[in-house]
Amino acid sequence: MRKFIVFVAMLLQAVQGFAALTIEITEGVEGALPIALVPFGWQGSGAGPDEDIAAIVARDLAGSGRFKPMPVADMLARPTSDTEVEFRDWKVLGMENLVVGRVLPNGSGGYLVRFQLFDVFRGAQLASHTIPTTQADLRATAHQIADFIYQQLTGERGAFATRIAYIVSQGSGTEQRITLQIADADGQRPQTIVTSDTPLMSPAWSPDGRRLAYVSFDNGKPAIYVQEVFTGKRYQVASYKGINGAPAWSPDGRQLALTLSKDGNPEIYLLNLGSRSLRRLTNHYAIDTEPAWSPDGRTIVFTSDRGGKPQIYQVPASGGRASRVTFEGSYNARASYSPDGRYLTLVTQQGRDYRIGVLELASRRLQLLSDGQLDESPSFAPNGSMVIYATSKGGRHGLAVVSVDGRMRQRIVSQERGGAVREPVWSPYTSAK
Amino acid sequence: MKINLARSAILILLALTLVGCSTFGAKDEQGDGAGAPVSEAGQEGGGSATSAAREGGVWRGNPLDNPDGPLATRVIYFDYDESRIHPDYQQIVISHGQYLAANPRVTLTVEGHADERGSREYNIALGERRAQAVKTLMLAQGAADSQIATVSYGEERPLVAGFDEAAWSQNRRAELLY
Repeated sequence: MRKFIVFVAMLLQAVQGFAALTIEITEGVEGALPIALVPFGWQGSGAGPDEDIAAIVARDLAGSGRFKPMPVADMLARPTSDTEVEFRDWKVLGMENLVVGRVLPNGSGGYLVRFQLFDVFRGAQLASHTIPTTQADLRATAHQIADFIYQQLTGERGAFATRIAYIVSQGSGTEQRITLQIADADGQRPQTIVTSDTPLMSPAWSPDGRRLAYVSFDNGKPAIYVQEVFTGKRYQVASYKGINGAPAWSPDGRQLALTLSKDGNPEIYLLNLGSRSLRRLTNHYAIDTEPAWSPDGRTIVFTSDRGGKPQIYQVPASGGRASRVTFEGSYNARASYSPDGRYLTLVTQQGRDYRIGVLELASRRLQLLSDGQLDESPSFAPNGSMVIYATSKGGRHGLAVVSVDGRMRQRIVSQERGGAVREPVWSPYTSAK
Repeated sequence: MKINLARSAILILLALTLVGCSTFGAKDEQGDGAGAPVSEAGQEGGGSATSAAREGGVWRGNPLDNPDGPLATRVIYFDYDESRIHPDYQQIVISHGQYLAANPRVTLTVEGHADERGSREYNIALGERRAQAVKTLMLAQGAADSQIATVSYGEERPLVAGFDEAAWSQNRRAELLY
C-alpha cells in the first residue's frame, strides 16, 4: 500500500540568489527499512560544524525509497558512540538499524567524522568508519556515509555522492537568462558553469564526470561545446550548417554521438574527439535525433519519426540497419540506457500527457514512472536505482527523482517566478571526489 | 541580424501611425523617397524611424513595410507535429518568395519553433523541418538558396507563455526575419 508523506525538506538559496530549489518527498512507501540516524555529537569547543550530517544521510536514504528514517523527535536517547547505545531502546521502537556518530576537530578548519552502524536485533556493530573532511566538504562526506550505509544494508552501490547538471531559464525574450548549473544529487550546493542570453540545451556528462557537452546558441546558431567542469575551459566541437544537437558520450569517452542536419535533414553522426573525424550512422529522410549509447558501446538508440510518429530505434554503433524498439503508444522519445543495459528510460505520450517510462528491453514491457503533464529528459542514476527528470504540471516546472520501482518520488521544485529548471542529467560515478 | 518580432511589430505600428497622420493632410516627407528601405534608414538615424505613407490609397513604399500587404505577415503557424504549410499561409509564403526573387540582394532568416510538448531535441528537428518547408516554398518562387538562412530554436523560445492549446498553437511557428 502506498502512503503519502509530504514534507518540505529544505529551502536553498543558490548562487547569485536567483534560483531557490526546494525538495519535497511526495510519495513514501510502507515496507521501507526502519533506521535510526541519531544526530552526530560535536566533540570540540565552540559551535562546531554547521551541517547536520545525520539529517543529510537520513534524507538521502529516505529519498531512495528503501529506508524509512525515524524522526529525531521520537528518539528516546541520543547516543553518539557504541558505549552509550542501549539496543533495547531501539528494539522497542521497531528499528532494525541504528547509526550514531561524532564530529571531532582535526586541525584548522578540519574535522574527523566517526560513525558506527549497528544491527539492532543482533545487538551487533556492522561497521565503523572515520572520515577526515572540512567544513566545505561536510555535505559530500554525509553523502559518502549515506552511500556506505546503503551498500552495507542493500548490497547495492549508493549514488548519493554524485552530481546532477541541469538548465535554468529565467525571464523571456530579450531578457532571457539561461544557465547551465551543476549541483549535488540532492539539488544542494548549485554552481553555475555557463551563463547565456540565448538557449542552452542537452547537457551530457563525460564518462569520467569531468566534462560536460552541451548545445549553445551563441551567435544565433546552435553549436556543440565540451566544457571542463573544474577549469571552466570549453572548446567547440561541432558548428555545422543547420542542427548541431543532442551530444552523447561513448562509454569510453572518445566519441560523441550527435545530431547534425548539414546534409539536409537530421541524422546521427559519430564524432571522434581525438581525430575530429565524423562518421554518419543513419541515412533517412525522416528526423533522426537523440542518440544514446548502450553501456557496452555497441548499440545506439535514437528517436526517429520514419514510421510517421516519433519512436525509438536502434542501430549498431559500427553502422548497419536500424530496427524499431518501441511499438506501444504514438510518441516515444529521448531514450537512454540504464547502467546495466537492461532498460531504457524514455518520454512516452499517454493520452494528452507526456510521461516518463522505463522499458525493459528483454520483455519490451513499459512501466510508467511519472504522473505529470509534460515530463521530459529522464536520466538514470549511475547505480540504476533512480531516475531524475523534468516535470511540469499546471505551469509549475521542476525536477523530480523517482525510484525505478516507482515506489518513491521526490520533487525538486523551482521557486522563482517564471523561472524553469529543466534537462537534468545525473553524473556518472567519479573516481576522484 | 537580430531584428526580432517585437521590433517588426513596432515598425508596423509606426507605419500605421504615420498612415493615420497622413489622413490629416500632413505633408508627407516620405513621399519623395518612395521605395527607399525605410526601416534601415530608421536604424541609421539612431532614435527615429521613418516610413512610407499611402498616396491616394496606393502603397509606393517598400512592399515589405506595407502594413496591409501579404509581406506584413511574418509568422506562419503550424499544426501539432506538422511541418506542412497550412493553406491559410501558403499565399503569404509565396508572396515572400516572390519578393525575394524580385529583390535578390534581400536576405531572410526563417526561424523554426515548436510548442513545449515532447522532447527538446526532437522539437529542434521539428522546428528545422518547419523552417525548411517555408524555405522550400520560397525557393519555388525563384528566391535563391543563398538569400534564405534557417535556424531552429525548437521549444526553447516560446512566443507565448502558457500551458494549453491556445499558447501551444501560437508557439508552433516559423518567423520570417528580414
